[in-house]
Parts: sequence; C-alpha cells; structure tokens
Amino acid sequence: MTTVAPTTVKLRLPPGSGSLILLAIVAVAAAAGPRLAPYDPLATSVSAALQPPSASHWFGTDALGRDILSRVLTAARLDLAIAAAAVGLSFGIGTAAGITAGYAGGWSDRLIGHVTDMIMAFPLFVLAMGIVAAAGDTVANIVYATAIINIPTYVRVGRAEVLIRRDAPFVQSARLAGNGTFRLLLAHVFPNVLPPLVVQASLNMGYAILNAAGLSFIGLGVRPPTPEWGIMVADGASYIVSGEWWVWLFPGLALAGTVFVFNLAGDGLRDFLDPHRRH
Amino acid sequence: MGRVIASRLVGVLGVLASVIVVTFFLTRALPADPAVYFAGMGGTQAAIEAMRAKLGLDHSLIVQFGFYLRDLAHGNLGMSLTTGHSVLSDLMARLPASFELTIVALLLALAVGLPAGIGAALRPDSWFDHLVRVLGTAGVAMPTFFTGLLLLHVFYFDLAWAPPPLGRIGAFIAPPPHVTGFYLIDSLLAGQVQTLIDAVRHIALPALTLALFAVAPIARATRAAMLDALASDFIRTARVIPLSSFRTIVVYAFGNALLPVLTSVGMVFSFLLGANVLVEKVFAWPGIGTYAINALIAADYAPVQGFVLVMAVLYIGLNLAVDLAVIATDPRAAAT
Repeated sequence: MTTVAPTTVKLRLPPGSGSLILLAIVAVAAAAGPRLAPYDPLATSVSAALQPPSASHWFGTDALGRDILSRVLTAARLDLAIAAAAVGLSFGIGTAAGITAGYAGGWSDRLIGHVTDMIMAFPLFVLAMGIVAAAGDTVANIVYATAIINIPTYVRVGRAEVLIRRDAPFVQSARLAGNGTFRLLLAHVFPNVLPPLVVQASLNMGYAILNAAGLSFIGLGVRPPTPEWGIMVADGASYIVSGEWWVWLFPGLALAGTVFVFNLAGDGLRDFLDPHRRH
Repeated sequence: MGRVIASRLVGVLGVLASVIVVTFFLTRALPADPAVYFAGMGGTQAAIEAMRAKLGLDHSLIVQFGFYLRDLAHGNLGMSLTTGHSVLSDLMARLPASFELTIVALLLALAVGLPAGIGAALRPDSWFDHLVRVLGTAGVAMPTFFTGLLLLHVFYFDLAWAPPPLGRIGAFIAPPPHVTGFYLIDSLLAGQVQTLIDAVRHIALPALTLALFAVAPIARATRAAMLDALASDFIRTARVIPLSSFRTIVVYAFGNALLPVLTSVGMVFSFLLGANVLVEKVFAWPGIGTYAINALIAADYAPVQGFVLVMAVLYIGLNLAVDLAVIATDPRAAAT
C-alpha cells in the first residue's frame, strides 16, 4: 500500500482569468458605452473640428467636430452586437449541421460536406464581400455574411466530435434505454461535444469582429453617421497625409484591443478545458 | 503518383463547379436591377424591358445559368459600367499588382515566421517562445487596415522614409516594359535600377502590413510541427550519433516538419487574399481589390462577380500548388 502524501490545496486562479477581467471591461463598455460617453456621439460642431486630444476631448475630435471618445464608446455595442449575432447564428446552424452529419452519416453527411466545401472554396472575406454585395448593403446582411463564412468551422468540429462518440458505450446505453434520436442527440451527445465548440466560438468572436469591421471599412453595411469602429478608421484614413492621427488611432485601438481580448479568452478557455494543455 | 495527382485534379474541377454555381447565384441576387441601371436615368418602362431582354434577364434561372456558362467559356465576364471595359481585361490588367503584393507578403511572412517558429520550438517556454506567442496573438488581433495606417503614419508621415500611399510607383516614373506584370521583376529585366528602387519603396509598407498578419499562423504551425518532429525517435538518434545540431535541426527535423507547415499555408492564403482587399484600399494599390471596392460602391455588379470568381480560382490554384508540393515531398501522400 502506498502512502498518501498530504495534499496541499493551492488556491490558484485558473489560467486565462486575466483575460476574463479584460473581457468584463469590454462587456461593460458595450453595455454602458452610450451612458459613459461624455458627449453626444452625433453632435457636430464646426468650431471644434479636428482638434487633437485635450482635457475636454480625450481622444480629440473628427472633421465634423464630434467627440471621438464618445463615438468609440458608443460604437462598442454595435460592433459587439454584430459579431455576437453572427457567431450565435453560425454556432447554431453549424453545430446542428455538424452533429447531424456526424451522427446520421450517409447522404446527409455528404450533402452537408458539399455545402461546407463550397463555402471553404472561397477566400472567406472575399465571399463575405460577395454575399453583402448580392444580398444588399445592410447591417443584417453583414451579420448573415459573417455567419455564413464561419459555419464550416462549427460543422467540422461538431462532426468530428460526434463521430468519436457515436458508438461510445454511454450513447449506446442511452439508445438501448429507449431514447429517441432527437433526445439522444440533445441530452446525451450535445453536452459532450459542447466544450470544444464553445472554445471555437470564443476564438471566433475576434475573427467575426475583424470581418464585420473590415466590411464596414470598405464602405459596406453600417452607414455614417452611425458610430462604428471600421467606418471611423476609414474616415481617419483620409487624414494620414495631413497627420491627424487621433481620428483613426483610437477607434483602431479599440478594435484591435477587443479582438485581442477575445482571442486571449479563447486561448485561455481552451487551455482550461483541455487537460492535456494544462501545465 | 500520377493517379494521386489525377484524382486531385478531378477534385479541383468539382470545387471549381461549385464556385461557379455560387458566383452565379450571388449575381442573380443583387439588389440593384441592372436593366434599370443600363437603361439610364430617364429610362421608360419599355426601354427597361428591352434592356432586360437584351441582358437575358427575362429567361428562367436555368437558362440564365446556361448563358452564364457560355459566357464563361468565352472568357466573357461582362462589362464594367464604371470603366467601360470588359471585366476580364480590367481584372487581367490589375491582377499582377495584387499577385505581386500577395507573393512578396507571403515570402516576407515565411522569412520571419519559419525561423521564429523553429526558435520557439527549440526552447519551449523560454522568453523567446513567449515573445513569439504574444506577438503572434497581437498580430492576428490587428485589423490589417489599422496596421497599414500605423505603418504609414510612422514611416511616411513621421520619418518620411516611405512614399505617399498612392499606388505601385511614383507619379513621375514610367512603369517598366510589361513582361510579367510584376514591377519588381520587369524593372530588373529592363535593367532600370531607378524604377526598381521606386517599386521596392512602394511595395514595402503594404507587403509588410499583409505579412504581419500572416506571420502568426505560420509561426504557430511551424512551432507545433517542429515540436512533434523534435520529439521523434529519429531526432533522438541523430542527436546521440551525434550529427551536427544544425544538420539535425534544419535537415531532419525541419524537413519533416515542413509538411504540416505547407498544409497550414493553404489557410494562410485565405486570410492573405481577403486582407489583400483591405490593404489595397489603404495604399490605393491598383489591384483587383481596389477595383472591386470601387465597383461595389458604384453598384456595378459584373466586376464584383468577376472579382469573387477570380479570387476563388486564385485560391483554388494556390491550394492545388500546395497539394502538389506535399505530394512531391511526401512519399506517403503519393502512395495513398
């Protein structure tokens, strides 16, 4: 008999908790952004146009004299909402399709595989441009386009995870116990394939934000004067020659910072859920 | 090996077919009615109907798809309303600019990403490994258009090292005689040193912007593949023999790590070609991305359709090249 060493309980924060704090800050900005904004994000003032950062305008003002800090804060909600809606859609559709393909096999697997391959045959941002151009230049279509190009990720992960478990003992016993296919998939298979999909979703948020901002940077979707980070950077790009850097820098930083935080959180979540990667 | 390549080519044909179907439906769904557009501002109902018949829009979808295939077979991608030229000739004229930018960026990214990944794998959990990871995570979080503006502000506005972001070559310098369409190569072929220097100065920042975005996935894939290779038995043997460490690392470990890295480059192309559009807009690079954006804003639909198709074909071609390279380097891939 081996002696049991006295275990010391170490209170340690799970990896990635730092990024969770950052994530909370972003969430607060998105939720309370408009209330935190010191000025009306749409209020123009010709006399205050293109002022560099100062005590009254921390991030300076743009060509119409609008306060950039207020616009950056107000935009957080819209940018995050677009990305979250897109990720939610592709998560739902992709997971359902992936689980179906993995569990049913046969023609439905082949059909779903073909559709996924069709999407993957395009450079994804280019396909998103094409979809928005075709379906119409609206915010809703930015969401749909971003969702469509992300669906294959969830289909692949969902399908692969279900394939490993389709004939696992716990699934077979649940089947023998008389569970219908739908209940079997929902109550027994889905909870087990959820963790890798959630990791995928949190990594995907950053990409979805970048994609949506990229589309509005080239002039699709969100219309001025609505504050949105991609448009604000595009506005600022015309001042690169004259050197009014604050017009594009702050919205760009907000964008990059938010994506960075989501990527960090996704990496942390993956390490947390995957014991092999924990050191 | 011949059979493997043949089956890969058949697969590519299938992908091409689905790409054509998707682009066809993308154009049919366009919001603006092209017949109204072509008929002009004061177009009467009769003129619009006549134009609709002329464009073949009064036929069923299946028939229209037939027309579309026939046009594609003749290399006819339609006319651009904004430039007044055929879309194919417009795209072909601008493709070398985009291709040159993408290739230079990819080479830059490989030149930085491969050594960084190898270095990180040789000393896992060292400060270098962490540095590569942090820079990589930051690199993929940066929107390419924002990186481009940052670089421009520092190197053009502050330091005045870079030329203004207005295309591939200075306004007072004639482009080199057309051979490949790549200014870097053409100016070298023509022996025009002045032109070459100017072209290098113009491509430096946009290529760097694109490369910064692609470095992270390349470094990440290289690190993972190198860690696997370094942990294998043949490396242990090589170290025990002992072969020189350079030979062990570069020839044996990296040689075996190359395959997964090559495969991941395929995904990098998807990012690069997409980011290319944004970088072209920032630097007013006269490639197909800028062309497509201008057409999109003008509701000029044939160029956008042609652009999506050409990008997809380019992407498929690049992935096929990667596949063939894998088959050529890996006897196992050739055997299956």
